[in-house]
Amino acid sequence: MNGSPYVIASRNSVRLTMLKVLAALVPGIIAHAWFFGPGIWVSLIVCTLLAILFESLALVMRGYPLRPFLTDGSVIVTAWLFALSVPTLAPIWLYATGLLFAVIVAKHLYGGLGQNPFNPAMIGYAVLIVSFPMYMTQWPAPIHLAVHAPGLADAFDLVFAGGGLISVDAYTMASPLDTVKTLLRAGVPKEEILANPVFGRLSGSGLEWIAGMYLLGGLLLLANRVMTWHVPIVFLLAVAATAAGLHALDPSRHMGAVFHLFTASVMLGAFFIATDPVSGCGTPLGKVIFAAVAGFLTVIIRTYGGYPDGVAFAILLMNVAAPFIDLYTQPRVFGHRRHEKPKI
Amino acid sequence: MLTAILVLAGIGLVLGAVLGWAADYYKVEEDPVVEKIDAILPQTQCGQCGYPGCRPYAEAIAKGEADINRCPPGGEDGIQRLAELLGVEAKPLGEGLEPKLKSVAVIDESTCIGCTLCIQACPVDAIVGASKQLHTIVADQCTGCELCLAPCPVDCIAMEVIPARLDNWKWRYPVIRLKQAA
Amino acid sequence: MRKLHTFNGGIHPPEHKAESNAAPIASLPLLPRYVVPLSQHMGHPAAACVQPGDRVLRGQVIGLPEGRISTAVHAPTSGIVSAVEMRTLAHPSGLPGLCVVIESDGDDQACPTPPLDWHGLPQADVLEAVRHLGIAGLGGAVFPSAVKLDKGKAGHIPTLILNGSECEPWITCDDRLMRERADEVIQGAAIMRHLLGAETVLVGIEDNKPEALAAMTAAARGAGFPVEILAVPTLYPSGGAKQLTQLLTGLQTPTGLLSTDIGIQVFNVGTAASLYRALVLGQPLISRVVTITGHVARPGNFEVRLGTPIQALIEAAGGALPGASGQIVGGPLMGFELEDEQSPVAKSVNCIIVKHPALFPPAPPTLPCIRCGQCALACPAELQPFELYWYAKAKAFDKTERYNLFDCIECGCCSYVCPSHIPLVDFYRFAKSEIRARDKDSQAAQIARERHEFRQFRLEREKREKAEKLAQKAAGKPASGAAAADDPEAARKKAILQAAMERAAKAKEGVQPQNTDNLAPAVEQEIQAIEARRQGTDASTPPPEGDKSPVSTP
Ligand code: SF4
Ligand code: SF4
Ligand code: SF4
Repeated sequence: MNGSPYVIASRNSVRLTMLKVLAALVPGIIAHAWFFGPGIWVSLIVCTLLAILFESLALVMRGYPLRPFLTDGSVIVTAWLFALSVPTLAPIWLYATGLLFAVIVAKHLYGGLGQNPFNPAMIGYAVLIVSFPMYMTQWPAPIHLAVHAPGLADAFDLVFAGGGLISVDAYTMASPLDTVKTLLRAGVPKEEILANPVFGRLSGSGLEWIAGMYLLGGLLLLANRVMTWHVPIVFLLAVAATAAGLHALDPSRHMGAVFHLFTASVMLGAFFIATDPVSGCGTPLGKVIFAAVAGFLTVIIRTYGGYPDGVAFAILLMNVAAPFIDLYTQPRVFGHRRHEKPKI
Repeated sequence: MLTAILVLAGIGLVLGAVLGWAADYYKVEEDPVVEKIDAILPQTQCGQCGYPGCRPYAEAIAKGEADINRCPPGGEDGIQRLAELLGVEAKPLGEGLEPKLKSVAVIDESTCIGCTLCIQACPVDAIVGASKQLHTIVADQCTGCELCLAPCPVDCIAMEVIPARLDNWKWRYPVIRLKQAA
Repeated sequence: MRKLHTFNGGIHPPEHKAESNAAPIASLPLLPRYVVPLSQHMGHPAAACVQPGDRVLRGQVIGLPEGRISTAVHAPTSGIVSAVEMRTLAHPSGLPGLCVVIESDGDDQACPTPPLDWHGLPQADVLEAVRHLGIAGLGGAVFPSAVKLDKGKAGHIPTLILNGSECEPWITCDDRLMRERADEVIQGAAIMRHLLGAETVLVGIEDNKPEALAAMTAAARGAGFPVEILAVPTLYPSGGAKQLTQLLTGLQTPTGLLSTDIGIQVFNVGTAASLYRALVLGQPLISRVVTITGHVARPGNFEVRLGTPIQALIEAAGGALPGASGQIVGGPLMGFELEDEQSPVAKSVNCIIVKHPALFPPAPPTLPCIRCGQCALACPAELQPFELYWYAKAKAFDKTERYNLFDCIECGCCSYVCPSHIPLVDFYRFAKSEIRARDKDSQAAQIARERHEFRQFRLEREKREKAEKLAQKAAGKPASGAAAADDPEAARKKAILQAAMERAAKAKEGVQPQNTDNLAPAVEQEIQAIEARRQGTDASTPPPEGDKSPVSTP
């Protein structure tokens, strides 16, 4: 028999939190489907099912009850974040490999829900981009720019059969971030690069809308107190500040703050990935440091690194540092005079 | 080439200086390890570890002659703390050793013949009485080592488990309702 | 109007006050038997001063205070003491404690206690009277009030806070008390103010009790000294002594110190009223207001004589309704489940909630901590509860202490908000009691070590002496004559015998008395040590109204 309290906030549960996160992703997903075709639905469903399969497998092997852990929704969040971070319409084995690492290795080998030191979705992404860089750069083009916009049937075909009917080049193109990076390094003037129709007003055509929708969903989560402001706001500020700084140093070679904020997975990362409480920092000051450094690293990796996007690596790097940051940022406790760090 | 060597040497020097300073600055006066081990041992002085008391056992551990899992009165908690202190893995209690509930010895005063044999056996002088007089055990000082049981010629000493009272009651380890249906 | 401050976190659990706060405080019929525990307060239990067969009068002392932190226990009615024995207490452990059982004779004859001229008498005399009138904090921590009213070396404690916040759900005993006996509370505050030398008197009441606020404001007008009645926002645990102190003054009681160290003393409003009744009306503490609510026919508040079986109280409220599933003593956030309905009401019992699965649904299954940080946002002690949980679960007690486990007031806010439904506070209580037990064990081990070392030394010395004697004998024998040889031999034997006897005598004198006489102070010391540690946590030792303040005071 347990002691008090005998009442708990019944409306507060892991499941509800996860459901809110999923709901906040929906606007972004709809925007995605609008600009890039219905393929995203296929990859979302495939990833969700694969993740649930792996999760059940891991739970059974570890002798845990399925029901509370499958219904907590955390694995679906992982699956969706993963699906939204990797190119849509990749072959199913690619998804399976990524999720295998995300769910089995990154999550369950480290102890399951609440124990993983790294963000599972980002581990899945990182494994893929390191192992299969070719596939990971084949982003579908916005429908209005693609030679052949894949419909639902094409999507199934691409995912399950590896695509036979249409060629990869027919529907994919280099992402705006890639384009900018490669061409800027090649010394092409910025104006010329931006003339490419793949760019929109803020960043990538269509992509900017998706990012905007993530921002909207994230702000709703903030308003709902699913998370505190520290991580998302500081992360975005850090990205903006770093980008603006580089831009100020050499406007001809660096994109501005707005471009960085609205490209690729910065918004997704700010509100949905860096905020993962399990692998992030727990103290308020720790969260600020975590997000600031992650934001800074994102832009640095984007600008100087070899991989197309820096969000995943920046966050994974900070995951490593999180426990350490926590240790040194313990808040002042009631009635204590100053910050006393717990001695290890 | 020369610059590189100089830079590396410089870095080495600086780091060395910092380390040296830190070692000095953060130095703490440490008890010798025997003291620290002895501080963890329960001081029951029962000899179940195979040494004539806690301190000899502590010395043996410090010298690396004895394992850390030989002390039953210390229990799991004691082993855990020793493991932490010495930076080794905790392990279950050694073979043939049984964990024991905390208890005290009680002398049946109607049977005691006042032989003083138990007094000589008690490692902490917790038994009072003189030759040919009743002996009594001072419950507060008794460590529950059971060393007085064997010498008694009339078997009048028994161990009594200390019962749960309001002043020694503890909260149990919480039950986690993991597998219960929602 | 004084500017109110805020504390970190806090929660808004459903209040459930309306069930029991409508009806006036009722009284219970005289019962045939009362079981009065001797340990109703924090500190050392009172020592029984009656024997089976004695006749006692209402208000007669049946247990005398022992040690500094203790207070007297009185007979709730007149009658015959039928037993002084172990009975189950209303305590989380459900363990028995020593009780005086009184068979009432139905006369309810009072033992005359003259009123005390608290204004004119020296401070020490008044405090001694308070101690012998059995006054202890009625907020739930039941710390002996005489200790808290002693202004000590400071010579004066400028601020007196009365805690009428009553922040725990369901409980309404302080609400009713303030509505009906506001004058008594204010009169009690006058005595406290006098004893402490306080200039400022603040009364904190949650703003969900407008009637109590109005009654207290009206009573304060006629107080004859300045009293500020302040409405604090309804936010659990505003009734925690430290939280209320911060709300009203903006000051945080430094950890490891008492609130008196920053010139503040906190009492529950019920304590003030009982102090007035004791000193001015000559009524020792033999009854208190108890809320009985939840799944009973007629929830309400009763003036209950201490020693009343809880069962009788439930019956007075019309009995438990069908489907009742146990009782909670105290509030739902800091109370505990009652093991035995026959346990008596003691000074600490402020509320009995009869449970029903619909009112208190069983907790959903626990998931692992996802480090969401909601517990930290809710924690009024500004701790990082998930870190504490992590280490407490792993039994890494040293770590929990470094993460300031002992600053936790066990308010339950963290468990309340946790989306993984982890019984966090259970882990903290577990860790705290393990650490206390470990400290106690290591003290005992230290004593054992010293005694063992002394014994080794003694044996060594005896061996040496013996060897010396033998050597002497061997050396002396040939030289001296036969007669002379006899002599030393006899002398030696005699010396050994004498030494042995002396040792034994010493052991008897020196050792035995030590462990009986020293018992009380030792226990007391330990309590003080625990208190000193808790003070940060629950409430300050003597000062604030106790470690369970939120429970209680709410
Ligand atoms: S086994 Fe007995 S003698 Fe040995 S260390 Fe443990 S308590 Fe001391
Ligand atoms: S509220 Fe519960 S799940 Fe969240 S951090 Fe605290 S203990 Fe962990
Ligand atoms: S029970 Fe302790 S840790 Fe939890 S909220 Fe209250 S003070 Fe904080």
